[in-house]
Amino acid sequence: MISLSLTPTSSWYLILSAVLFAIGTFGVLVRRNPLVMFMCIELMLNAVNLSFVTLARELNDINGQTIVLFVMVVAAAEVVVGLGIIVSIMRNRSAMTVDDLAELKG
Amino acid sequence: MEFFVFVCAALMVLVGAVGVIVRKHPVHAALSLVLTLFGVAVLFVAQEAHFLAAVQVIVYAGAIVVLFLFVIMLLGVDRVENLRTDPLTAQRPLAIITCLGLAGVLVAAIVNGNGVFNERGEGLNLPDLQNGPDANTVQLAESIFSRYVVAFEVTSVLLVIAVVGTVLLTRKAKASAK
Repeated sequence: MISLSLTPTSSWYLILSAVLFAIGTFGVLVRRNPLVMFMCIELMLNAVNLSFVTLARELNDINGQTIVLFVMVVAAAEVVVGLGIIVSIMRNRSAMTVDDLAELKG
Repeated sequence: MEFFVFVCAALMVLVGAVGVIVRKHPVHAALSLVLTLFGVAVLFVAQEAHFLAAVQVIVYAGAIVVLFLFVIMLLGVDRVENLRTDPLTAQRPLAIITCLGLAGVLVAAIVNGNGVFNERGEGLNLPDLQNGPDANTVQLAESIFSRYVVAFEVTSVLLVIAVVGTVLLTRKAKASAK
């Protein structure tokens, strides 16, 4: 179980990361603005990065930190492409939420 | 001391994360995201990942959030979203249940799995008198440029493709192109 001493163990960091991931999931499910949904995806990516760094320290292994660097690069590329798609969709319309994008609806 | 740092950083992370999902204005949500990203950077420092903390501040708080703010301004979508109405019936209660369940399962797994980490790696170099102040950066660089050098090159290709694709995607179509 979690020790009750006042030195933060790895479990504290992992639990914080789990809570952050759940908050990000909630945001993606609930919010309707595509930009805010992207921000919530960033929250989830940061939660995973935090758990990677925690486990890198716990296992004494640098590979956890290496993969965080790659996750950051891929997240940057994902944001660039995603925002490009949002800009190209939203440029000529006043729609603000993802519910307004219903051209394919039967 | 370590406890104090952890509590402050955790508060920053959680307040920022809640701010992202409850603020109606997208600009306010982006600024709350900055708070969360700084909190995560503090937690990285607390766990001896100094280089990643610097990259977190530069890339996330510096580049990605600025990109978000630019797009918000560019699109003029900085209007207030009505969070009172629920567009789909019962979506919000279901989302609350799902996320509480997700958090519960993850926390239970962490608490149960506490102490099972026994597979040790080669060790993290901590900055001290012997390793020098940049021990973490040196070790990370040795890892990236030896074992993961192919993956590193592939990510550079990915970045180039992303930039070129975005320029093509957002370019205004010429009339003669039709």
